[in-house]
Amino acid sequence: MSKYARFALALAVGAGLTMGASEPAKAQKKGGVLNFIVAAESPSYDGHIESTFAMVHPTRPFYSLLIRVNPDNPSSPTDFICDLCVGDLPKPTDGGKTFTFKIKKGVEFHDGQKMTAADIAATYNKIIFPPEGIKSARKAFFNMVDSVTAPDDETVVFKLKFPSGAFIPAVATPFNYIYSAKDMKEKGYEWHQKNVNGTGAFKFKEAVAGSHVEAVRNENFHVKGKPYLDGYKALISRKMAIRVQAIRGDRAAIEFRGFPPKQRDDLVKALGKDITVQESDWNCVLLFTPNQSRPIMQDPRVRQALTLAVDRWGGSQHLSRIAIVKTVGGVVFPNHPLAASKAELVRLNGYGTDLKASREQAKKLLADAGKAGLKFELLNRGTDQPYKIVGTWLIGQWRQVGMEVTQRVEPTKSFYNSLRKTADFDVSVDFNCQSVINPIVDITKFLGSAGNNYGKYEGKDQELEDIYAKLAQEGDEAKQREIVRVFEKRALSDMAHEGITLWWYKINPHRSYVKGWKIAPSHYLNQSLDQVWLDK
Amino acid sequence: MGKYIFKRTLLMIPTLFGAAVLVFLLLRMSPGDICAVRYLGSGLAVAQEQIDLCREQLGLNKPQIVQFFDFIWGYFIFDLGESMWTGQPVTHEIAIRFELSLQIAIMATFVATVIAIPLGIISAVRQNTITDYVVRGFAIAGIAIPSFWLGLMIILGLLVVTQSWLGEPWMPPIQFKSIWEDPAHNLAQLIWPAVATGYRYSAVATRMTRSAMLEVLREDYVRTARAKGMVEKIVINRHALKNALLPVVTVLALEFAFLMGGLVVTEQVFNLNGLGNLMVDGVERQDFTMTQNLVMLVVIVFVITNLITDLAYAWLDPRIRYS
Repeated sequence: MSKYARFALALAVGAGLTMGASEPAKAQKKGGVLNFIVAAESPSYDGHIESTFAMVHPTRPFYSLLIRVNPDNPSSPTDFICDLCVGDLPKPTDGGKTFTFKIKKGVEFHDGQKMTAADIAATYNKIIFPPEGIKSARKAFFNMVDSVTAPDDETVVFKLKFPSGAFIPAVATPFNYIYSAKDMKEKGYEWHQKNVNGTGAFKFKEAVAGSHVEAVRNENFHVKGKPYLDGYKALISRKMAIRVQAIRGDRAAIEFRGFPPKQRDDLVKALGKDITVQESDWNCVLLFTPNQSRPIMQDPRVRQALTLAVDRWGGSQHLSRIAIVKTVGGVVFPNHPLAASKAELVRLNGYGTDLKASREQAKKLLADAGKAGLKFELLNRGTDQPYKIVGTWLIGQWRQVGMEVTQRVEPTKSFYNSLRKTADFDVSVDFNCQSVINPIVDITKFLGSAGNNYGKYEGKDQELEDIYAKLAQEGDEAKQREIVRVFEKRALSDMAHEGITLWWYKINPHRSYVKGWKIAPSHYLNQSLDQVWLDK
Repeated sequence: MGKYIFKRTLLMIPTLFGAAVLVFLLLRMSPGDICAVRYLGSGLAVAQEQIDLCREQLGLNKPQIVQFFDFIWGYFIFDLGESMWTGQPVTHEIAIRFELSLQIAIMATFVATVIAIPLGIISAVRQNTITDYVVRGFAIAGIAIPSFWLGLMIILGLLVVTQSWLGEPWMPPIQFKSIWEDPAHNLAQLIWPAVATGYRYSAVATRMTRSAMLEVLREDYVRTARAKGMVEKIVINRHALKNALLPVVTVLALEFAFLMGGLVVTEQVFNLNGLGNLMVDGVERQDFTMTQNLVMLVVIVFVITNLITDLAYAWLDPRIRYS
């Protein structure tokens, strides 16, 4: 990239970051239709069963949540505000076991039904205690909840089995669309898979499978004066080249998931001041998972050697120029209060700043374990960003300590088959990608007993399970932080069950006329679009 | 002729059944699980019981022979089932994409024909001249250049050229609108993929036209026509061309059938919501019902196109008679 392009990029990114803080100074304009691109197509519109951004981006504006990430401060991992409730978030009572939400009056569903607390209670009862035969993807997020009730039209009460720091973030998960109790009762629990009736800022207009979802403004939205847009159109486009060119050619103004650095640079170079770039750490991380059912990966010294060989600090500098990864971190999203500081990280195997010493230690551990010159295969997902790039980088890192590693790249469907069913891998690239930052839920990935853990060490590390059980029931944040450090040390360093590579980095170049949207640390968050307006 | 068509139609049944068995088995042999792709592909934590419930609801736990019977029985009762991914009827999913794919196939065939036949004739008539070399180079380049690369270059070229000429970059629309609804929008979107695909397609047809024409031009009846003092234009157009068209028609027809389901990469490059993309999605997602029916649709298009091609032979060459 030329120095002029770098300068333009710096200006654009600077403008994007500054815009986040100073934007309200400019008066919002009403009107216009926002065209945005979605890189995939959702199987259904039902937030309670899906887990893809391809569902969130086109449909989140149709619905309201009980609480949500603050759209004015979405980069904060702990700033939640009321959406359908009133006032500040409720303080827990009953020793942290009861949360009472007061509900907004005068909210209507798009079909004219009045929304009451009963709808919210019915929604959460469906999510937390789904009837037999009804799917609920995030039921496990609420294992602390004992009951959800609506004693009157304006009150919802959650009773917990034990105090938990995971509760509020779980409620704010963007998939928890509030449905009408009447719709669920009369039309069935699966009606929302193909139909829409919410209380969100926009109403469903039209959808063509494989092509687009179109929406119009909800004139009766429960936040007066919003939304600003007349409507939006979510255009489906699978190929990144087309998504980038669509923004360049102004067929779309933004793609909310994000682009790699090269595509950002190309857009900035082509469009100059007409493009604004917002960037953020991303609540997704690539891991490498040794398969402990394989004899070569059963010795913790071998697994420690794997993590010790990896130069995370150097990788951060170099890989962030070509891939959507950047930040060095532990088990918790780096900007969260429960995350490890750099001083804490460097104490873990593989995070030290003396790379030479780490690699010498890795070689020694391999020799002690009788595995010098270890040969194995890395299973990887056939997706460029960032899987293949990071996988290839990992192999280079491991070669530095004398390991001989080959890579087997598989398309998504067979990759998951190998990871979950056949488990025919020595080490696999894996990932942990969440929406609302909820460390106590997110780090269950590192437990051998977790359904989405593929390291095959279930029942082999009770100590780690016990540490987590203690964390799950701890209400005090300072104590939670201490426990997370112990958990992290055991999972990543002492037992080295999993190796963290780098946390992802989200880059959103968009047309400069798109205002009011602020980047969040997840592509699932801040997608209600009620704040967005077009400066045209 | 009627008897011939009837016999050919009956022969389609074992062809279609064989294709159905093959596609059913091949899909089940490929590794993967639609429920895992659907719920784990995003990286979010999802309960295993949800994945199990998904498999149950999609009928993936049924014995394979039952699944095959359901698949075949659907054709007898005109119910092709629902997409395992979207839950929408397969017929609906195909119907909304069929118009686009058909239009692209027709436009690309038109572009190919308009390029291939005149160039093939000129190249044959002026054999071993500079014109012939240029045409052959043009045709070889068409075969050598992948249409998706040409497509990407077309889009980039449009962006760069319009930005430098008009100040604002322009690219073709990325959302399909029917030609009956908005002809300008429709053509602005589809003309480029039709050109990219048609060019490649014309390259094969140009070479085929040239070689067929060269062969026919050496026939005695052409020499006789010339000896009679007939104008060269009439010799070429009326006597030679019609006879040379038999293999060209075969190539064009087969390419047309291929385009109906095989424009996978071009559809992605131009963001076309056609049958090729649907097929790729079906395979990637392990959507058995969708993929099975799409493959069967392509097989049917091929079988019918072959029949129509055979019938066209009789029109082009009166010596051919079917009975």
